[in-house]
Amino acid sequence: MNKPLRRVAIFCGLLVLALLVRVNWVQFVQGDELKNDPHNRRVAIERYSTPRGNIIVDGKAITGSTTTDSGDFKYKRTYKNGKMWAPVTGYASQAFDANQLEKLNDGILSGTDDRLFFSRTVDMFTGSKQKGGNVVTTLDAKAQKAAFDGLGHQKGAVAAINPETGAILALASTPSYDPSTFAGMSNKDAEAYLALQKNKNPDEPMLNRALRQTYPPGSTFKVVTASAALENGLYDDVDSNTRSPLPYTLPDTSGVELKNEGNIPCKNATLREALRVSCNTVFGKISADLGNKKMMAEAEKFGFNNPGINTPVRASESIFPKDNRPQNAMAGIGQASNRATPLQMAMVASAVANGGKLMKPYMVDSLVAPNLNVVQQHTPQEMSQPLSPENAQKVQSIMETVVKSGTGTNAQIPGVTVGGKTGTAQHGEDNKDNPYAWFISYAKTDKGTPVAVAVVIEGSDTLRDDIAGGRLAAPVAKDVMRAVLEGEK
Amino acid sequence: MSSSTTNTTTIGTIGAPSRRNTELAMLIFAVLIPVFAYINVGLAKDGTVPAGVLGYSLGLGLLAGVAHLVVRKWAPYADPLMLPISTLLNGLGLIFIWRLDQEPSLGKAMAPNQLMWSTLGVAFFLAILIFLKDHRVLQRYTYISMVVALVLLVAPMFFPGVNGAKIWITIPGLGSLQPGEFAKIIIAIFFAGYLMVKRDALALASRRFMGLYLPRGRDLGPILVIWALSLMILVFETDLGTSLLFFGLFVVMLYVATERTSWIVFGLLLSAGGAVAVATFESHVQTRVHNWLNPLELLNGGVTETAQAMYSFGSGGILGSGLGQGYSRLILGIAPKSDYILATVGEEVGLAGLMAILLLYGLLIERGIRTALAARDPFGKLLAIGLSGAFALQVFVVAGGVTGLIPLTGMTMPFLAQGGSSVIANWALVAILLRISDTARRPAPAPAPSTDAEMTQVVRP
Repeated sequence: MNKPLRRVAIFCGLLVLALLVRVNWVQFVQGDELKNDPHNRRVAIERYSTPRGNIIVDGKAITGSTTTDSGDFKYKRTYKNGKMWAPVTGYASQAFDANQLEKLNDGILSGTDDRLFFSRTVDMFTGSKQKGGNVVTTLDAKAQKAAFDGLGHQKGAVAAINPETGAILALASTPSYDPSTFAGMSNKDAEAYLALQKNKNPDEPMLNRALRQTYPPGSTFKVVTASAALENGLYDDVDSNTRSPLPYTLPDTSGVELKNEGNIPCKNATLREALRVSCNTVFGKISADLGNKKMMAEAEKFGFNNPGINTPVRASESIFPKDNRPQNAMAGIGQASNRATPLQMAMVASAVANGGKLMKPYMVDSLVAPNLNVVQQHTPQEMSQPLSPENAQKVQSIMETVVKSGTGTNAQIPGVTVGGKTGTAQHGEDNKDNPYAWFISYAKTDKGTPVAVAVVIEGSDTLRDDIAGGRLAAPVAKDVMRAVLEGEK
Repeated sequence: MSSSTTNTTTIGTIGAPSRRNTELAMLIFAVLIPVFAYINVGLAKDGTVPAGVLGYSLGLGLLAGVAHLVVRKWAPYADPLMLPISTLLNGLGLIFIWRLDQEPSLGKAMAPNQLMWSTLGVAFFLAILIFLKDHRVLQRYTYISMVVALVLLVAPMFFPGVNGAKIWITIPGLGSLQPGEFAKIIIAIFFAGYLMVKRDALALASRRFMGLYLPRGRDLGPILVIWALSLMILVFETDLGTSLLFFGLFVVMLYVATERTSWIVFGLLLSAGGAVAVATFESHVQTRVHNWLNPLELLNGGVTETAQAMYSFGSGGILGSGLGQGYSRLILGIAPKSDYILATVGEEVGLAGLMAILLLYGLLIERGIRTALAARDPFGKLLAIGLSGAFALQVFVVAGGVTGLIPLTGMTMPFLAQGGSSVIANWALVAILLRISDTARRPAPAPAPSTDAEMTQVVRP
């Protein structure tokens, strides 16, 4: 009987081996995946078991933590001026998970990140509780306040960047929401959260318009088109005749005219003049002359058609479409299927202001461990070079003319060189909806170029005629730039 | 059969050391480890050494000490590892149950009861060692065992089911009993006795067909009866685990008794066929299989018990969260202290601890099979392999079910899980194995002077 006994022994050995392999699979191979599964309540328990680390702006925390007595969770997130900062922080809720910086840096904030291993080990031996690290942002509190107050009750967004580094200085979106209202897990929190959802609130307060909403950029896109003309050698001089006809018929159409806003001097205008008064005919023709491919290539150098712009919060992809000739001409003046986020248009202004070099936009400067050791430090990175330094000078000079004597005079700041471009983007079927008011600009001092900004306002309660980027959006941009400049001094 | 004097085994037993001192040394570890674990839980939960630690350590030490002394006296040549491993597993089980008692959301405390049942289990263990002088006595009760086993297996059918499985006999006012745990041992006794008698008929009277020895129809009878019975358990008591255990046990013992591979083929075919047939119309089984294939699926937007167990294992990782510091209270469902206790083990002592515990089970099984190899009589061999095989299958079915290797079935982890019937039955199982190993390793008595020789020398005047 010993032979079958030995075989049974092997069989029993295999059973135990199978169990050993299985537990290795579950606890080791799949371990992290199961551990971090969003349905695993330990993730949330962990997140709220200690006071969460903070998100820092200008050396001050814009978040906090308070103790709660709700079940498993010991601490609850609080926000200082939550409405203003929501597009930056996102939310962290006991009941509704987290998003944006709160979610992306959850490991650092809750102290579970591998990079905090040393700090955790020390805590373990000293017996103190695990602490979360801080997320230090690049934002400028004054600029953010100027942007948020400037938007006021209007629907819109502001994005401001430091052109030299790509650091995001302001990121505002209105109407906004206060993430404190649903940070807990009570019924009140649930009601507050549900009331903010799109189906209950058509204004979508939880939509981060500065990063996640795309708009037709309208005339502000003419800066890109002008850059494409110079870069591709279509024109060398911004002050020579562009040989543009008026009226201008769209290519491949039987006499569909591209019209200008009012009776403006666009016939054979120079690039400077065409940008100053915002000639659709001149820039539509440039786009048509260059063709879809070259226009797309230049737009992509500015950051269009790139789904991976992570600040680290991912911005929606801005689109310069692949399209037929008449549509391409329209896209060249920021209409047709051309779509851009406010951040994207701030990037356009910043690349021009920074001598043609586009810096990668970012809003987390560093991640700091509880013991104040820097865990990760951002170093500015160049993303692309959409303009040569000479051409950048030329585009700057015509954008400065726009503010000095064109449609953007509302953005003038005494003693500071400001370059900008207005935009009034049509949208809706037959353009029946209220247009979007745009303004993009940068400010230059003798010390450098500290700020580029893009403002968009969805003018829902303003008369149609009143909506010119120069009137609605330029003052907001001006306030943001001034706030940054004052901080510089 | 008087084979205990005619030594035919190849494993040397004559003059073997009794190894009782080894057992004592191991027992000290087996008592100390749970005591440290107990202190650890207390420190983690309240920051103080728990008040009951002295009583608990003295109690566990006393139980182990008495058991050791009884083994020393009544089974001096028994295997030295089985008692320490059982003590360690039982002690750790108590700690884990006590640890889960600290979570108010998991209902009333179970550890005091479990301690009482463990004491009873050890008492039963001692009684068997003292009163069962020779395991072959059990052979006399072959057919009585069959009747008792059948009654035990069928009885739960007449009692209300608990949580979808009818595996309990409920006596109002007294509590409930899980007869399957005892039936496991008694049925092994029956099989061992029955097969010892029938093995030659089963093994030799067969026809060769396609390279396999097919048994005769009438010899196939008993296996079909057992098969039908295990299917009945599955259908009427919806108890996948016991059914599998029961049938697997029979196939293993049949194979050992007859040395015919064909029986394994038959066994596998019959069990696969039965399982598929039942699974097609039994919704309870279907649910279990569905949960097994989709462990993380949400049920009505909520996280299922299966998923919670998987999260426990995953969150434990390699080294675990530390005793008392896990969140296995999240496995709110029916059985966090019994069926799912392994999830708590996995979360709090991690992969390392769980593997150590599985290896302890493996070692216990290995000692059981070694006992079967060493046993000198076929009944002892069959009984030892039957008990070890049943133990191995139970460990596999439970641990495999909880970790998601196979569909979950309603059985308890021997020694570790909360459950009175289980702990008593498993102590009895270990006692019988120890008794067999004592007989097997006992040195052969000095040859008696030959009576025949004496006879011839008698010269009557």
